[in-house]
Amino acid sequence: MSADRHYPLLIALLAILTLALFLLSLTTGPAGIAFADSIKALLSDKADGVALIMREIRLPRAMLGLMIGATLGLSGAVLQGYLRNPLAEPGLLGISASASLGAVLAIYTGLSASFLLALPLAALAGAVAAVLVVQAIAGARGGALLVILAGIAISSFAGAMTSLALNLSPNPFAAVEIMFWMLGSLTDRSMVHVWLAAPFMLIGWAMLGSLGRALDALTLGSETAASMGIELRKVQFLAVFGTAASVGAATAVAGAIGFVGLVVPHILRPLVGARPSRLLPASALGGACMVMAADILVRIIAPERDLKLGVLTAIVGAPFFLWLVFRTRRSLL
Amino acid sequence: MTLLSVENLSVELGHRPVLHGLDFAVGPGEFIGLIGPNGAGKSTLLRSVLNLLPAQGQVRLCGTDSAAMNARQRAACVAYLAQEREIAWAVPAEMVVALGRFPHRPGFAALTERDRAIVDAAMRRMDVEAFRHRIATELSGGEKARVLAARALAQDTPLLLADEPTAGLDPAHQIALMRLFGSLAADSRSVVASLHDLGLAARWCSRLILLDKGRIVADGPPSGVLTPANLRTIYCVEAFFGEANGAPIVHPLDLAAPE
Ligand SMILES: Nc1ncnc2c1ncn2[C@@H]1O[C@H](COP(=O)(O)OP(=O)(O)OP(=O)(O)O)[C@@H](O)[C@H]1O
Ligand SMILES: [Mg+2]
Repeated sequence: MSADRHYPLLIALLAILTLALFLLSLTTGPAGIAFADSIKALLSDKADGVALIMREIRLPRAMLGLMIGATLGLSGAVLQGYLRNPLAEPGLLGISASASLGAVLAIYTGLSASFLLALPLAALAGAVAAVLVVQAIAGARGGALLVILAGIAISSFAGAMTSLALNLSPNPFAAVEIMFWMLGSLTDRSMVHVWLAAPFMLIGWAMLGSLGRALDALTLGSETAASMGIELRKVQFLAVFGTAASVGAATAVAGAIGFVGLVVPHILRPLVGARPSRLLPASALGGACMVMAADILVRIIAPERDLKLGVLTAIVGAPFFLWLVFRTRRSLL
Repeated sequence: MTLLSVENLSVELGHRPVLHGLDFAVGPGEFIGLIGPNGAGKSTLLRSVLNLLPAQGQVRLCGTDSAAMNARQRAACVAYLAQEREIAWAVPAEMVVALGRFPHRPGFAALTERDRAIVDAAMRRMDVEAFRHRIATELSGGEKARVLAARALAQDTPLLLADEPTAGLDPAHQIALMRLFGSLAADSRSVVASLHDLGLAARWCSRLILLDKGRIVADGPPSGVLTPANLRTIYCVEAFFGEANGAPIVHPLDLAAPE
């Protein structure tokens, strides 16, 4: 099979691209430090200005881009495989919307100003609440359709509550802060954000990454998969809680970044022979590439305007997705 | 050892009783045709045996209480071919068949030589080798059905439950499939297949179970189950009964006159 031979090559290429973009992300910024100097400063243990910028600003930004992109790509691929629906994406479970709501409430109540991690922690609490409600509504034996429906209900509710917070916001600054936060960005994040998100993401990745073979079996439908030895409850638990942990953490530190989880698995699926288990690593790397590339572009296009990352992924993602739809239509005709 | 024994099995779906206290057992070397009109409960019976539906009563698979087994242990005893031919992604046909080896491989282990040999044999038996590299979702209905049947064969279990395996197959492949199930039975495995083609059921099965409205109304050799009276009362058809090459022929001719 050609996909068999091409797969290691594809993964290698994506890994190289990820590394290249990571280095590029480290060396892009308003401080205008030369490539060699910046890498040298990062590796040295000096405490001069360049090293400080690298360690305190650039490194966390690049790391978060990598981690968040991988999270969105991986969970998008898992959810599409689990729900057997190419339109599924992390936002579908209501986790991004509820994490946003948590963050918005933190801003709204002024809690976010009280200590550095108040906002991301509130967002994580929102994600946890959402996943518990989704799991409770869908039930252990519920299955994919109930998970989607519960997720849509949670999303709408969290969206409405967010609008209410905006609506009732006592001062315009809070409203603007809420709006800006929701657009999604990696600007001014510190290593503290990395350390907050990392454990949740690692747990989430481990849960999602273990699902490869189960997702392959689910290609033939949930009942056939069950007859092949798949424990459907376990798969549902891992998919839902793995997404909650990793995407919840991603939203908590960077806001809602759309389209990555939807588009990346879509682009890569034909390149891995459509096999769900192979899509997982490819999509994680692809997601990392996409978010880091977008975050580099944001800094290059409008360095002084603070263009939001989520805005750029949507602007690039939506037309691209239209093109994919168009291509699919052509192959159907 | 009995491969499957079902005692007092009852199933309710959507608060409506669908199966009412069924009892039967399947020993090794049987090719059982599960017949009955639409909605009689054939698929429900097969699915509840596989623990895919909540059911009352006792099901034993390969000598063990099914309720005490996990999905993997069940998968080592029984393979299932579903009525719906679902393939969600545009994967190669060969990969679909290879999924049948899933329950036999630990963790992320790759296919062994033996797995490959079993997959190849299953594809040969279902005559799908020619589609090996084709995209499964682009195959015709019958071709897809054969690929999925090969997947179930590749699971290589003592017991195979197949829900309407012949639906959508051309006559040659229908007969080939019935012969194949017969040869599995000769190999002291067992097959339970739900069938609507009474001619095939009469000719190839070693035993028939006739279901109607969630109850077993007849269980035994084809000649004892497919009687003019049963066809008239259960299926509401008149049929031609004959014999050719030493095997029975049953061919529905017309609707039975209403009583
Ligand atoms: N999810 C469900 N909820 C409620 N009733 C159901 C459900 N699934 C099946 N039934 C009912 O159970 C009965 C048996 O259905 P089943 O699918 O087992 O029939 P069958 O014998 O396989 O029929 P067919 O030959 O059409 O495949 C039918 O009356 C059907 O309407
Ligand atoms: Mg049926």
